Amino acid sequence: MNPQAKETRVVIVGAGPAGVRAAQALVQAGLRPVVIDEGNAAGGQIYRQPPEARRRPARALYGFEWKKAQAVHQAWQALQGSVQAHTRTLAWNCYRGVLDLHHPEQGYGRQPYDRLILATGAMDRVIPLPGWDQAGVYTLGAAQISLKAQACLLGTRPVFLGTGPLLYLVAYQYAKAGARVAAVLDAAPRQAKLAALPDMAARPAMAAKGAYYLAWLAAHRVPVIHGARPLAIEDDGASKVVHWRDGGGARRATGGDVACLGYGLRAETQLADLAGCEFDYSPRERQWLVRRDAAGRTSRPEVYVAGDGAEPLGADAAELAGEAAARAVLQDIGVGGQQPRLDAIEAATARMRRFRRGLETAFAWPAELAAQCADDTLVCRCERVTAGEIRQAVREFGLRDVNQVKSWTRCGMGRCQSRVCGLAAAEVVAAAAGEPSTEGVGRLRAQPPVKPVPFDAEAWSRMAASNGEGAARQAGGTAGGEGR
Amino acid sequence: MPKTLHRLPAALSPEVAVWIDGHPAPARAGDTVLTAVLEHRAALQRDELSARPRAGFCLMGACQDCWVRLHGVQRVRACSTLVAPGMRIDTSLAQGTPA
Repeated sequence: MNPQAKETRVVIVGAGPAGVRAAQALVQAGLRPVVIDEGNAAGGQIYRQPPEARRRPARALYGFEWKKAQAVHQAWQALQGSVQAHTRTLAWNCYRGVLDLHHPEQGYGRQPYDRLILATGAMDRVIPLPGWDQAGVYTLGAAQISLKAQACLLGTRPVFLGTGPLLYLVAYQYAKAGARVAAVLDAAPRQAKLAALPDMAARPAMAAKGAYYLAWLAAHRVPVIHGARPLAIEDDGASKVVHWRDGGGARRATGGDVACLGYGLRAETQLADLAGCEFDYSPRERQWLVRRDAAGRTSRPEVYVAGDGAEPLGADAAELAGEAAARAVLQDIGVGGQQPRLDAIEAATARMRRFRRGLETAFAWPAELAAQCADDTLVCRCERVTAGEIRQAVREFGLRDVNQVKSWTRCGMGRCQSRVCGLAAAEVVAAAAGEPSTEGVGRLRAQPPVKPVPFDAEAWSRMAASNGEGAARQAGGTAGGEGR
Repeated sequence: MPKTLHRLPAALSPEVAVWIDGHPAPARAGDTVLTAVLEHRAALQRDELSARPRAGFCLMGACQDCWVRLHGVQRVRACSTLVAPGMRIDTSLAQGTPA
């Protein structure tokens, strides 16, 4: 390899399945990438590792996927010494070839890059409903994380609502761990699942696992309702009561001790936005995704995306996408990359995308639930903005762009930077503005910091002093990487 | 509002002494601050605008619903911070006393 290529600073954000496989492919080619991850250990959310004191056998933690989880963890272990790893480190800004970092103890740092692979993952896609901002209402992902990483059930009589494969997986995991699942309320109707079967046949083993969870829940008499439209979550003092409407339109109520909701996944794209990447609207996902080629090259020549943060296709696709992005980097810096392998990854990903299309048919994002939510529904949890306030901004002031609505109402301007409410708020705006899809109301622009960081004037001035030198520096630590 | 968190046997790691709002409140090794607080009560803190109790939401550091203060100064996300012996957790970031 030419020595210059080997000196290329490749930085990966995220150490989930995509980030780990990207790092591995780069190391195999003789590079020494920097990996920045917010977690305590590699694995991302899907293969999240519990803290040392909570370690359990992989089979107990990851179910059917335990071998894949273990393989990703082992791949990461084998990379120690060959990568520069910064765990517990948040990348909160990205511009002109530099990432701004923050570590809870070491403070601020900067990480320059020549090539950047963003493997930032996804989170639950949620739809607001009255009462969702109270204690004891969580995302489906939260329920799973508590079980996986803490060996704790968030509740012993949970009500699970929303739609998507995670709805059934989490219900199965909770029931198996001893919870009495009060109900699984799936917003998607039963017919939708049948219509999805042809596409889901693209990954028979995956489809079989889904069928297994459904059969298991039925055999254990866990109530599963298809076509349940959630109306509100009420706290009657002793329990959480989820009000919903069945397929026939009748009002029903189910009580439990916690309520967990989710409607598929939302890609985490804020750093890519700050890096200057172009986006395209995905009508199927009803969200804006980073424009990229099959290997993850974005519109910025130095930036690549991989995994669920690029397109929510799941963990297996993320492993492949991470490797593909790394190979794209290698090609672009002139050290191989192996086009045949990239072609094979593209073909495998096409099958996963077809399966994903099946999932979107089976568990479609019920846009109308967000679009038609009652006026008094709190949409933005951070700034407490209701659907009625958003509609008023659209109707009375003629706003048609989500960024204008954000400025006007503060919806999406709070601490979570619209991660939680953004997609649902866009549906409310689109419906009020008479747009058939959220494409017509634009894309919320990301703002640094992408997550709150503590203000520390001393650390900031030190960081400002290092500006322009291209040096990686960290207040009181070294997590910013090797200066050069 | 009754507490809902339930530890499985694997979560019964050795006890770690921490303080929550000035009171000793045993946690267990490997607990996040969020788990440690929800071990003792149903809510983590109160929303600063509505004063309604909150108990975290996403548990993956995304929703920013679980900020607490450590040792009176350092602000952290309770879901992504592990307890340490002697940790002093202050949940009264916002108005009122948490439930």
